Amino acid sequence: MQELWEGLVQAVKLVVSLDPEVIEISVRSLYVSAAAILIAAAICIPVGGLINFHDFRGKRVLINVIQTFYSLPTVVVGLFVFLFISRAGPLGGMGLLFTPGAIILGQVILIMPILTGMTISALSGVDRSIRDTALGAGASQSQAIWTIIKEARFAVVGAVILGFGRAISEVGAAMMLGGNIRGFTRVLTTAISLYTQEGELVLSLALGIILIGIATVINVVVNILLQRY
Amino acid sequence: MAKIFKQFALPALTILILLSMVAGCTPAGQAAENKSAQTQSFATRFKIATTTSLNDTGLWDYLTPVFEKKFNTALDVVAAGTGAALDYGKRGDVDAVTVHDPAAEAQFISDGYGINKRSFAFNYFIVVGPAADPAGIKGLLPEDAFKKIYAGGVADAAKVKFVSRGDNSGTYAKEKLIWQAAGFNYPDVEKSGKWYIEAGKGMGPSLVMASEQGAYILTDVSTFLAYGSKLNLIPVVESGQIFLNVYDAIAINPAKVTTAKMLPMANNFINWLISDDVQNLIATYGVDKYDKPLFSPMKGGGCKDPGCPKVEDYTVPVN
Repeated sequence: MQELWEGLVQAVKLVVSLDPEVIEISVRSLYVSAAAILIAAAICIPVGGLINFHDFRGKRVLINVIQTFYSLPTVVVGLFVFLFISRAGPLGGMGLLFTPGAIILGQVILIMPILTGMTISALSGVDRSIRDTALGAGASQSQAIWTIIKEARFAVVGAVILGFGRAISEVGAAMMLGGNIRGFTRVLTTAISLYTQEGELVLSLALGIILIGIATVINVVVNILLQRY
Repeated sequence: MAKIFKQFALPALTILILLSMVAGCTPAGQAAENKSAQTQSFATRFKIATTTSLNDTGLWDYLTPVFEKKFNTALDVVAAGTGAALDYGKRGDVDAVTVHDPAAEAQFISDGYGINKRSFAFNYFIVVGPAADPAGIKGLLPEDAFKKIYAGGVADAAKVKFVSRGDNSGTYAKEKLIWQAAGFNYPDVEKSGKWYIEAGKGMGPSLVMASEQGAYILTDVSTFLAYGSKLNLIPVVESGQIFLNVYDAIAINPAKVTTAKMLPMANNFINWLISDDVQNLIATYGVDKYDKPLFSPMKGGGCKDPGCPKVEDYTVPVN
């Protein structure tokens, strides 16, 4: 219990004192996972929309496969991406392994299924009557789709937040692909993993609290924005 | 279906590849910027893989800025066991390795992956354990101590435990060597019961685990000193010829590993490590905190054991 309390006090101290290494690690975590979610969103929301608004053979199967990949283990993603971007692998020429770009790539792949699948669920969850009403009121097909997207925005934003949460909290891909290099690829989760194993429990707790803090702030801000607009 | 895939799969794939390329380029710059708050930004990055003991002791945190300043190149240190470090080298993911497993290194070099090996530091292994010394091994020779730990562990796994790195590291290789020297067939030891715990972690984390479990563990003396205050463990076996532990730096051979492209910098790195300046830095590292240096430099460190490297292995620069 005392350890937890000390961790809390220490975390507040580290944040308030703007400890350069803690700030640097936190900023890198935010930056890496934000890049991952932006890239994934740019791909997955349109793809999810296309899958939802088109009927084709195997659609059900495709959606099932996507949903299965929700629980893709981070270390398996790490392993596969490692094999691809290691210098001995097919994309080795890009020299991505052990850079922040490698972590971003791993996290993008990790969260793509969740983002795509939840976009589909969000859109298909919008009442069909809304589309029919829009069409009946003389809207074009694309205008009707836009109406549905607007109706589904809460759920889509929810998917984005969930994806971001999965990205910033995962440790397997970040460790295997980034290599936990101090000052270059060390992010919050890999730092926590390292410090815990080294017995630096208070520092680990502090970083963990910062990680939860980041998630909380983002969630609150997004919710406020959504309620306003 | 085919039409749909053409409609979105192709553009999506293109976007993915483009974006990941952009992502691959920008973060390096971004991270360098972040780092510049503390140090400075560097035009090039040089990657090494290192055995965990050199990293867990803080030696790389201590030496990295010196290297970066001298060569205006970022030094990216990936900590892994010796086995993993050599594997990163074989794949060309790093351009040099710093490791401590003589047999594996000899293989690595004779297979053509490594060149320009130089020794730059040494220390000794020790066996540490709970202060109560349940196996009664204090002051024994390493081989005899291992025999008693085995007998004690097999008899009562609640009383005598041993944490093994179990991770393909140089320390693990040394541990297997000691079991062998003590007359055991290692696979038998591994299977002999719950007293034998394979951690699968780096040196520091394994020490923390041994401390939590009240177990004996083989460790390099430097990591033990650096972790000492966090551990409920004391040194119990401290001398024996088999305990010598030499750290070597090896460059990756571009002739064999065609993706390794930084041999000149790797040579700079190795020559820098055996330079008088860095040897002196190694000789003083840790004195302020632990009252004695954590590592002995090869030059002037007084390595006299039969297993010590030849003088030219740490004095003659590579090229």
